[in-house]
Amino acid sequence: MAEQGFFPGPEAIERAGSALPARRRFRLDLWTLGPFALAGLIALPVLAVLAQLVLPAGEVWRHLAETVLGRYVLNSLLLGAGVGFGTAFLGVTAAWLVTFYRFPGSRIWEWALLLPLTMPAYVIAYTYTGLLDYAGPVQSTLRDAFGWTRDDYWLPPVRSMPGAIMMLVLVLYPYVYMLARASFLSQSVCAIEASRTLGYGPWRTFARVTLPLARPGIIAGVSLALMETLNDFGTVSYFAVDTFTTGIYRAWFGMGEPVAAAQLGATLLIFVAALLLIERRSRGAARYHHTTGRYRTLPTRPLGGLAGIIAAAACLLPVGLGFLLPVAVLGNWAIETWDYVIDARFFMFAGNSFVLAAISAAVAVAVALVLAYAQRRKADPMVSWAVRLASMGYAIPGAVIAVGVLLAFGAFDNAIDGWARSTFGVGTGLIVTGSIAGLVFAYLVRFLAIPVNAADAGFARVTASMDGAARTLGERPGGVLRRVHAPLLAGSALTAGLLVFVDVMKELPATLILRPFNFDTLAIRAYQMASDERLRDAAAPGLLIVLVGIVPVILLSRAIARSRPGQFRE
Amino acid sequence: MSLDAAMTAPALEFRGVGHAYDGVPVLSDIDLAVAPGEVLSLVGPSGCGKSTLLRLAAGLEPLSIGSILIEGRIVSDPRTQVPPEDRRLGFVFQDIALFPHLTVVDNVAFGLRRRAAPERRRRALAALEQLGLARFAEAYPHTLSGGQQQRVALARALAPDPKLMLLDEPFSGLDARLRDRLRDETLDLLKARGVAAVIVTHDPEEAMRMGDRLAVMSEGRIVQCGTPAELYRRPASPFVASFLGEVERFEGVVQDGHVATPLGRIPAPGLSQGAAALVLIRPEGVVVGEALADAMPQARVIDARLLGRTSLIRIAVDGVAAPLHSRMPGDVLPEPGAAVSVRLDCRRAHVFPLAQGALSDDAAAPPRSPAPDRP
Repeated sequence: MAEQGFFPGPEAIERAGSALPARRRFRLDLWTLGPFALAGLIALPVLAVLAQLVLPAGEVWRHLAETVLGRYVLNSLLLGAGVGFGTAFLGVTAAWLVTFYRFPGSRIWEWALLLPLTMPAYVIAYTYTGLLDYAGPVQSTLRDAFGWTRDDYWLPPVRSMPGAIMMLVLVLYPYVYMLARASFLSQSVCAIEASRTLGYGPWRTFARVTLPLARPGIIAGVSLALMETLNDFGTVSYFAVDTFTTGIYRAWFGMGEPVAAAQLGATLLIFVAALLLIERRSRGAARYHHTTGRYRTLPTRPLGGLAGIIAAAACLLPVGLGFLLPVAVLGNWAIETWDYVIDARFFMFAGNSFVLAAISAAVAVAVALVLAYAQRRKADPMVSWAVRLASMGYAIPGAVIAVGVLLAFGAFDNAIDGWARSTFGVGTGLIVTGSIAGLVFAYLVRFLAIPVNAADAGFARVTASMDGAARTLGERPGGVLRRVHAPLLAGSALTAGLLVFVDVMKELPATLILRPFNFDTLAIRAYQMASDERLRDAAAPGLLIVLVGIVPVILLSRAIARSRPGQFRE
Repeated sequence: MSLDAAMTAPALEFRGVGHAYDGVPVLSDIDLAVAPGEVLSLVGPSGCGKSTLLRLAAGLEPLSIGSILIEGRIVSDPRTQVPPEDRRLGFVFQDIALFPHLTVVDNVAFGLRRRAAPERRRRALAALEQLGLARFAEAYPHTLSGGQQQRVALARALAPDPKLMLLDEPFSGLDARLRDRLRDETLDLLKARGVAAVIVTHDPEEAMRMGDRLAVMSEGRIVQCGTPAELYRRPASPFVASFLGEVERFEGVVQDGHVATPLGRIPAPGLSQGAAALVLIRPEGVVVGEALADAMPQARVIDARLLGRTSLIRIAVDGVAAPLHSRMPGDVLPEPGAAVSVRLDCRRAHVFPLAQGALSDDAAAPPRSPAPDRP
């Protein structure tokens, strides 16, 4: 699966057959209605949030607007600027080094640079706080070594705005790295060689040809990192950096003001919409990179001596700070706290996480396959529009989706409950919002883009002619599905399912808002432990999430390496 | 349907077939029959509807107007749609469309599903053997070259023993030398098995080489159908004449049953006195000879190139603005600048009426006017 498989892009789909004759064109059938119904359902939470904008602004909203809204906007902008520059710098540098140079360990850095992707931002935040705070090993060692006391030295506090930016940069730069590297790899050698023959040296070629060609990919990567920044709740809430997500959570749970929470969410969506627009445009441009179909292995220059060591250090820095060090610290703490953290309840949290993730992954993949099939059967722009709408949720912060689910289905649940109570004398409880159904639905909204794009990429390999070939060879439509489509799609579907699985395990804000009473997952557990300042006890659940997340990163790195046409044929 | 009827009925027949995409007509009034064992080339410029016609025959598109019969049985009309899997035909796709997840032998065995596994494998291997592909049996398609893939696709389509083969630009992705070889192999195979076949191509040379008959299509209609010799020698329209080979064009007026051109007078049977006429002459009809003192017109060689069997000579002729092309046997290779005589071979010239006031480019359009949009 190519990297496009993981995030939506304007991916063209090879569609089966052609449009039907005019008189059949507008007949509504299941394959048209289905995607629309699904898209409508999935858009429901966002629509519910946006609908709150027309409600008269309550007293609380006015209060929020006067007191905290300015701070939320300012913090979000500061955070965004910091994370944007940080991820762009780390991501592009790393991608450029491993793509164009050979130096000690460069083959390993290629995939190791993706590892911080496994680290939820809140887990890394807890880790560094535990490591660097007053009672942590760093300060204790310094005090012991130099005989200092509290007033003898000063270290910048981790739990601050710059700290939050650093944490987010360390775990989000792989988005930029990934897309920048894919852009570099997809460039034709000819463009680079043409520049050299036209009198540009390697540095100016990089500045004038390579980097501009990769710019859409880099911008798309930064946009994704910024979307994740807006989505983040765990880090900013722990670092007491007030942003929209913490505001929404507080308005909903602290003040019991759903309308205010939704209106904050709607305001946040303006930022999201801007990012979406930027990302989509860059993606569109990124497709027109290469004018030739000729590919050769990109020439890599060996870097020896000091240059090689500097390059290796430049790669070690993000991997070490974003993955190796925190994992080592987490492992250490997990072992320290083993005897009382790993108990029956821990296995229950893990079980909850796994079951939730597995159900969500299966549902998301199934829905995506149905949507992809609908698109394939009907080359109808309306259907593809519906599918794109349905896969927009990857940009919507989990907290907003969760509030939207509660708003959209809360009334529905209460109505059903009331009806059952009056009819049967027994209430049903809250069917959607009171069970894991609401949670699975929220995950579906947020992560559907992953399997949708995987299914698109998968179906792109199944050309219309293959269907025709199977049919003319005597196979019925069901048999075509079983003997041709299923085996060709299985790989992408499985990979996508795995990615959803891991993302669900990491997800914090939506889970926190929507989980049924007393239903705790690993992510929730880590959050609760950290909130109680029991950072070491948060290590075991955090570490388990990270370890599960390594599997798809390995798949991801292999997919990127394979994405360059002809890379392994030379 | 009696056994007799099956023996004599055309392998494939189109009756009054028309088709439209989104209300835009792409095919109209198609009447065409392919005899058992016959190879028919369907040829025309891109976008003329030939591939659509093939897909309609295979049942890959629903038919809206007319009917399609296979061995005398209606398989498509606006009410009936026999699904492709029940038509017992072989289809070779332009993009080859091998199943990437199956080995070569499994690809070929794909259509043999009603047989026991060992029998399927034996037959698939036999089909591969016939095309010299046995050693690739366990390979995956992407490891094969383009020509090998196309052979596998052919073996796959032929393995279930269809009575009718439909080939959609089967050689378009291959280089010239390979294309030549595969054309011969394919034709031999079809003829050896007595399979009726329709081959869609946009290459007139390929069409003439492969087809017992040619059906030339333009803008959704069949403009002429016949043997390659009939079409090349007696094209029914300027379009057919210029589509099947290079032509030099002259315009003139009919006088005394002849049209005057700068190269001489050409008989114009069936055209009335004073009518505007279009004359198309093949380069092999422009015969270059030794310079004669009193020859008319005066001509001079611009350059001459040897192309193997023949030579292509460009000549400047008095009274003709653009250089003319002459195709002569390879031993005729005059020096540039030499004065030569030019004579017309009237058997290589075709005369058509020229619509009044029409620009010469329009004369290349098919004789019938394009169909008005259907209501």
